Amino acid sequence: MAGEIGHFSLILALAFALVGASLPHIGALRGDNRLMALADRAVLAQFLMAVVAFAALTYAFVTSDFSVMNVAANSHSLKPMLYKISGVWGNHEGSLLFWVLILTLFGALVSWRGKKLPLRFRSRVLAVQSLLVFGFLCFILFTSNPFLRLDPAPLEGTGLNPLLQDPGLAFHPPMLYLGYVGLSIAFSFAVAALLEGEVTPLWARWVRPWALLAWVFLTGGIALGSWWAYYELGWGGWWFWDPVENASFMPWLAATALLHSAIVVEKRDALKSWTILLAIIAFSFSLLGTFLVRSGVITSVHAFATDPARGIFILAFLALVIGGSMALYAWRAPRLSPGGLFGVVSRESGLVLNNIFLSTFAAVVLVGTLYPLFVEAAGAGQITVGPPFFEYAAAVLMSPLIVALGFGPLLAWKRGKLSRAAQIVFPALVVALVAGTVLVWRTTGGYVMTAFGLGLAVWLITSVLLEIAGRIKLWQAPGKALGGLAKITRAQWGMSLAHAGLGVILLGITVSEAFTDEQLLVMAPGDTASVAGYDFTFDGVAPVAGPNFSAVRGFFQVSEEGAFLTTLTPEDRVYTNPAMNTTEAAIYPLFAGDLYAVIGEATGTGRWSVRLYFKPFISGLWLGALMMMIGGILSLSDRRLRIGMPTGKRSKVGRAV
Amino acid sequence: MSGLNKGLKTRKQQRLLVVSAAVTTLVGAVLLVLFALGGDSLSLFLQPSDVKEKQISAGQHFRLGGLVEAGSFSRDADGLTYRFSVTDCAATLPVQFKGLLPDLFREGQGVVTEGELNADGVFVASTVLAKHDENYNPPGTLPKSADQCVHPENSPYEANQSQVGG
Repeated sequence: MAGEIGHFSLILALAFALVGASLPHIGALRGDNRLMALADRAVLAQFLMAVVAFAALTYAFVTSDFSVMNVAANSHSLKPMLYKISGVWGNHEGSLLFWVLILTLFGALVSWRGKKLPLRFRSRVLAVQSLLVFGFLCFILFTSNPFLRLDPAPLEGTGLNPLLQDPGLAFHPPMLYLGYVGLSIAFSFAVAALLEGEVTPLWARWVRPWALLAWVFLTGGIALGSWWAYYELGWGGWWFWDPVENASFMPWLAATALLHSAIVVEKRDALKSWTILLAIIAFSFSLLGTFLVRSGVITSVHAFATDPARGIFILAFLALVIGGSMALYAWRAPRLSPGGLFGVVSRESGLVLNNIFLSTFAAVVLVGTLYPLFVEAAGAGQITVGPPFFEYAAAVLMSPLIVALGFGPLLAWKRGKLSRAAQIVFPALVVALVAGTVLVWRTTGGYVMTAFGLGLAVWLITSVLLEIAGRIKLWQAPGKALGGLAKITRAQWGMSLAHAGLGVILLGITVSEAFTDEQLLVMAPGDTASVAGYDFTFDGVAPVAGPNFSAVRGFFQVSEEGAFLTTLTPEDRVYTNPAMNTTEAAIYPLFAGDLYAVIGEATGTGRWSVRLYFKPFISGLWLGALMMMIGGILSLSDRRLRIGMPTGKRSKVGRAV
Repeated sequence: MSGLNKGLKTRKQQRLLVVSAAVTTLVGAVLLVLFALGGDSLSLFLQPSDVKEKQISAGQHFRLGGLVEAGSFSRDADGLTYRFSVTDCAATLPVQFKGLLPDLFREGQGVVTEGELNADGVFVASTVLAKHDENYNPPGTLPKSADQCVHPENSPYEANQSQVGG
């Protein structure tokens, strides 16, 4: 019964989406307030229907109703409850339903909190959002219906891929989707602004929180996925420049650029046309990501079950959305009134520079990701673009960005002085140079690139600290510094924290890449291996039984200079449904780095193949990502920025133009 | 700095500046892409019959995709070096890999390996990538003459057994 209710509510939602996507536009053309106000109700109705459909599918998963094909294919009655629930979005059909749920939720939020937006503009935004909902619902109903029945119903389900039965991965897709879909709001606002032919600072005050929210979720989703790969795949790697990873990284880059350029629109009423374009591009990257992941056009190690019909549908949808919005942009953007002027050295210029580098990087990643597709289409055989390409591009494009990042926040709006900024951050340059030089000297010139990366990271972190110190006048009036600290707004704390987070990530990457100690060994019980000064003593193995797996658990006593640190217990699990092996790495984070052990197979005569690592400061990656997220949330919680807070008043800075 | 003192530039000059900065970066990026795509970062993605056809020489880095041939899996005495054959059902190539195999590695399943041929014509893999989902074959690993293969994926349990036994 639940399946039919879910199916039916999806069809109703489709009807509401069609109403919501068409009538408000007609209302806006005719100036009919009642038609425009329909948008609010249509969006709310879509949301309610999506909730019912999602609840129905969740119910089918929780009760293990195997007459629903999707449940039979992706669940199993013995699976722990957490993974029964995460199984709802852990598959193609369910994840699309989840996508629609978020899409309608965000639409409903805009309608609920956006009563202060002019009715005409709000109805335009909601109508564009409804159109997206309509597209995705068509996709679900025609190619990927999660409510199809099986007759006869199987007695037991196939089970969920054991690799995906993991807390990290249970929340990775929803986070990413919240990010992807959050960008849809920025997109809808951009298209609505193009239709209305007007971009105001108020527009930016609306778009920026959404871009920021999407960015926080994207950051979290990417970090979770990376963390999952790090501990679950047992290779000790965390990023592979795989097309599917790039698919989430490109929207992140675009969202980062967007939330910076929206500041310029908000504060200085400049860069309007570019920000609109960026909002369109950011969401297009989200759709492209979905297309790459769901269509299987590109060889990826992250394989998802795919279907050509779905690929063609998403491609057509992609072409319509991107083509349509770009055409609209080309037609309407020239009508936007030109914005304020700024000097060559100014905060605006810094943000423009940020945007140039981030978008160029996104473009390069796009080229690298799609290049194999073009080569293959041209009949030149199959090729892959490997990590060196992306790493090279990242180094070349991100280094100047990070150098500029040290100066940017110190420059004044409209007209800044480089000399003043240079004076403040000069100590950071010294510290960075010293750090780099010491490393080169200590390693007798062996790690020049590492020294460079280390220098950049130190430069960024120090200059963020110096910026805060300068803001509270720590040097001029140390006595009043604490009071100054309290005066810093949350948005400013957010910015500093996020920027420092980037530095911490860079530090983690640089140090762990250069100084990881890795040993691949065959060990017998009682053997001791030394990894980066830590002694791993193998204490043998024991069998373990889990709810739906059995495992071999290895025991490693780790000590440093005779002092016992911890026992690492990596596992090699064999799941029963579906039958599959997974490796559970054992990780013990120390301040200096992670101890990491993986147990392989028995090699006969009681010996086991094992892989032991010491990964210095790798936690910097997750710590930095966490700092970025907290920074974003702090900034969001700033009263001036809170979603729905903007009032009709134009900001005073905006009027100063 | 004199430009600063004179005040702000005109709108046209400002646009020119921004656009030229963007164009410079973009041109730089294009050069970078061309340069980098010409180097080591590009690797061919081949199946065993392509390797034979194109007469790939020893030492050239490429990715090899195909199915792990049933019954080909063995381990050297050191316990860390694995040998198996990758097949596209038209040709077969012996592969050697030192390390821990990924979780989803098993006979009869699709696999992507990266490395180079040695002088004996054995593909020495530096990485072995298996896929995340047992229901899916990456495009590059689907055999070209699949009808000639007995596809063991229909009985994953047996395939798994043979790997544990092998």
